[in-house]
Amino acid sequence: MLTSDYIRYGWQSLRGYRARTLLMLLAMSIGVASVLLLTALGEGARRYVNGEFASLGTNLVIVMPGKSETSGVGLNNMMGVTPRDLTLDDAQALTRHPAVTRIAPLNVGAVEASWQNRKREVTIMGSTHELLALRHWKLAAGQFLPADDWDRASPVCVIGKKIRDELFGAHAALGQWIRLGENRYRVIGIMASEGRSIGTDVQEVVIIPVASAQSLLNAPSLFRILIETRSRAAMQPVINFTVKTIRQRHHGEEDVTVVTQDAVLQTFDNILAALTYGVGGIAAISLAVAGILIMNVMLVAVSQRTAEIGLLKALGASCRKIQLLILAEAVLLTLFGILLGFIIGLTGCWGLRLALPELQAYPPVWALLASFLVALTTGLIFSLMPARKAAKLDPVLALQRR
Amino acid sequence: MIKLEQIHRDFQVGDQTVHALDDINLQIDQGEYLSVMGPSGSGKSTLLNLIGMLDHATSGRYLLNDKNVTEMDEQQEALTRNQHIGFVFQAFHLIPRLTAQENIELPLLLAGIDAATRQHKVDQAIKALNLTDRALHKPDQLSGGQRQRVAIARATITEPSVLLADEPTGNLDQQSGADVIQILETLNQKGITLIVVTHDSHLGKRSTRALKMVDGRIQSDKSNSG
Repeated sequence: MLTSDYIRYGWQSLRGYRARTLLMLLAMSIGVASVLLLTALGEGARRYVNGEFASLGTNLVIVMPGKSETSGVGLNNMMGVTPRDLTLDDAQALTRHPAVTRIAPLNVGAVEASWQNRKREVTIMGSTHELLALRHWKLAAGQFLPADDWDRASPVCVIGKKIRDELFGAHAALGQWIRLGENRYRVIGIMASEGRSIGTDVQEVVIIPVASAQSLLNAPSLFRILIETRSRAAMQPVINFTVKTIRQRHHGEEDVTVVTQDAVLQTFDNILAALTYGVGGIAAISLAVAGILIMNVMLVAVSQRTAEIGLLKALGASCRKIQLLILAEAVLLTLFGILLGFIIGLTGCWGLRLALPELQAYPPVWALLASFLVALTTGLIFSLMPARKAAKLDPVLALQRR
Repeated sequence: MIKLEQIHRDFQVGDQTVHALDDINLQIDQGEYLSVMGPSGSGKSTLLNLIGMLDHATSGRYLLNDKNVTEMDEQQEALTRNQHIGFVFQAFHLIPRLTAQENIELPLLLAGIDAATRQHKVDQAIKALNLTDRALHKPDQLSGGQRQRVAIARATITEPSVLLADEPTGNLDQQSGADVIQILETLNQKGITLIVVTHDSHLGKRSTRALKMVDGRIQSDKSNSG
């Protein structure tokens, strides 16, 4: 029997029992579509996080007060010793390294902002002129913080677009004075709406000079120091220099944590990749369930078509041919199921991208291949039993439908 | 030529052994027209299934065209059935989802014949059995007589040497039955060995040789030609 004849016969069988075929197609396609959709979500989340980190800036070294320890309860913890403040002078000292291109000290807090009778809670970000370029943000109007001395607490602010809309409405914001806590600040710039990054919605922040933020928030210690290096290769020397400089300035105590954006990104990447594999694996279980359904339905089909199988034997079909006929039918069914699953899954991903454009939910290539292979293998394995059962039928009894 | 030597076919029913065929010795020459008659349970169908290689003897020897069927493996048996034996059943056994043409084509499909040759042979068979206007109809769109004609076309499409018919007119009206018998006899006149299992004594008289079976044994084996 020719391969094309097995396919043709299988196709005729599938068309002959449409309701059964549709049910099995649905089961298989839902399994495949689930794998594609869930892995696309996981992969989309991973891309999103990667993108967010990229928007933080390139070749970025982040300095945080306090040392990350994994040794449990240390002596310092028990004695109630807190890390030393990370000061503006510490940040200033780090500018001496030749590979440092930009540096932005950062203070963060929350205060109430008001203009005339409008009020809202806002996130205050205290930093310097270089923050804008360092974090690849853009201004919608006006100017960013002045390139003054870091110690100078100028009463100026740059506000996010949402803050501008909520406080000023139709009024012009530039040049207006707003109240932040007890102090007044003149609005000199408005951030562009697309400025978003991890943990910070730039639309909803008010950026003021770092010295002003320290005073306003009563926080002498910096929250972070962001350092941009000249190149990727320069990151490690800058980290070494940072650790050494801070240790010297903090009387020999290494009480800061220095991380690179890559390290943080890698951690997130690993977590999200594991998550993607996890959800993909869970979805693959539905493929196994679909396989079991195929087995059950094929077993019923063999029972229903006992006389047909008996006839085929009478006409000269060997056991092997009968097995191949049943397998061809199951493989065809699986392939159509996969195709339908791909159509549903990819359409679903397209819908997800429309609904959540920032997520970019494209299924990874490995998920396409894996769902194809798992579905095909499942379909084949679970149709072996019905195929064997059909092949073993006694033709005389089968023709009598017994 | 068909040669059965000391054929026994036993079935186990509970604790009892039923001798469906008991020491059958039979030789059927090429081109013979043999009717097998006898009461229900006499072993007629078992004999037919054994000759058609759908069933196996418990003991004895079966030669088909001088080849020992009892020594064939499953694949050889299937091939021999496909090439040398045609079946016509009382219940037609047409596959309902296939058209008449596709049902007729099945043995050629199983033989691995290419599509063009298949089509040519099927067209010839359809024309010969006057089914041209029914070729694309499904079995449920055909009358009983037409269904049996499709079954005959399917049974003879591989040009077998033996045609086995189990109550071929059992489900047909008188006219359709007569037509079907006419077709089978024409095929026999062209050289095919025709073995018909029947309850119809009239049909038994038309055959050139009549076998009567009782309790798994051949009670009589008469030639009708004289």
